[in-house]
Amino acid sequence: MTTSEKYVTAAYLLVLAVVLLYVILYSFKLSRLEREVAELTELAQRRRAA
Amino acid sequence: MSLRNNRAVLLAAAASVLLVAGLALALFWAPEDADQGFSQRIFYVHVPIALTAYACFGWGAWKALRLLWTRESRYDLESYTAVHMGVIFGILTLVTGSIWAKISWGVWWTWSERQLTLFLVLFLFYCAYFMLRFSVESGPRRANLSAVYALFGVALIPVSFLAIRLAENFIHPVVFTRDGPQMSGSMFFVFCVCLAAMLGLFASLYTNELTGKRLDARLRELREALE
Amino acid sequence: MTYFADVAALARKDILLELRSRDTLPAMLLFVVSALVVFHFSLPSDASATASTGLLWIALLFTALLGLGRAFTAEREQRVLDGLVLAPCDRSAIWLAKSLGVLAFLGMAEALALPAYALFFEPVGWELVAAVLLADLGLAAVGTLLAAMAAASRARELLLPLLFLPLVIPVVVGGVGATVVDNPGRYLGFLALYDLIFAILSWASFEYVVAE
Repeated sequence: MTTSEKYVTAAYLLVLAVVLLYVILYSFKLSRLEREVAELTELAQRRRAA
Repeated sequence: MSLRNNRAVLLAAAASVLLVAGLALALFWAPEDADQGFSQRIFYVHVPIALTAYACFGWGAWKALRLLWTRESRYDLESYTAVHMGVIFGILTLVTGSIWAKISWGVWWTWSERQLTLFLVLFLFYCAYFMLRFSVESGPRRANLSAVYALFGVALIPVSFLAIRLAENFIHPVVFTRDGPQMSGSMFFVFCVCLAAMLGLFASLYTNELTGKRLDARLRELREALE
Repeated sequence: MTYFADVAALARKDILLELRSRDTLPAMLLFVVSALVVFHFSLPSDASATASTGLLWIALLFTALLGLGRAFTAEREQRVLDGLVLAPCDRSAIWLAKSLGVLAFLGMAEALALPAYALFFEPVGWELVAAVLLADLGLAAVGTLLAAMAAASRARELLLPLLFLPLVIPVVVGGVGATVVDNPGRYLGFLALYDLIFAILSWASFEYVVAE
């Protein structure tokens, strides 16, 4: 590949990388949300038991 | 609720299809440019991202206007998310634009490329938007300030563009020129597909971001109700 | 019209306060002259007229920032802004009055800066004066609104330059362009357009900035 072709490919790969990075960050967020829901469910059950 | 979920999934699916199709078309099917050769293909990535960034800021400003008009607090989150995505697309515009400058003229930055300069100004402006939000307590005050600022941003876009054009007369001679959209029909088609793909990407990411942020807010309320 | 009576009353209050306390205006005057002197030392000896014009505009921008930073501090320190907002006047009258005050201070600072510039660097032509006057309108309009925003935040003086500088880039372009180009009409017209757009926008949105 010529240099300019490498740069063009780099640009396309960059877009792909950003989207995938977003997916990764979002999965972190989702697991945090899951944890919170679990905590809150426990809190609610304790409340109901009391 | 399930209808909203279906819409989000459909949006993501459509965006994915368009994105793959657009990039494949851009890399393989689009005709080779006579002057610049293969490196012209970066145009199919750079310009749709730039236009999508403008769309993000415009959407954010529209939601800001709705906030000031109706005073419904949900518009604050929607406006903020749109501006947030706009900055991300803006950074991508600057980076892909920089790569294009490197390919075309061998430098990583050039002031004679109007779009790049405009995006730099807008980038600074919207970064200050985040600084504004971080330094005000959350609530209707912050929502109002952010909304007014987002509206100023949208007014700044055409004014800055005009300013940059006027500045060329005394800042730098316009040595570097870029062939404009004298595209053939098939090039234009690929461009449109890529543009639709980027807009779809924005729509899909925006919907997901909003859902996530809303969930966050509701969980916080739930926590306060339970504790 | 009570609207303009309100504006006049508020503007008079600000100017009288400044004349009595005498803290902002002398600082602005001293700052702009000091800045011009610093610029003399920072310019290489073969610098063009365009370069020194650019530096004048930078000095004016930062002088404006200095004055704007103080625009709402008096109110904030004594919580007068809440009282003003509750007063039975249109909120935008507050903006207009403040802007006129800022305009007056900026004008006075420039009455000193332009002769100093003519002395230290280049003679000053009518285009520069016209550009400075037009630019003042835009700077005062936008700056007053942004100063109110910054006053509502925790970061205050830190935030104002960040909000201000990107928005006034077109003013710098218009101002420098009008000074160095042969036909300044376009740039002066552009400055007028900027003033119109952002004055209207600031006037209309000020009430949302000070609302609770």
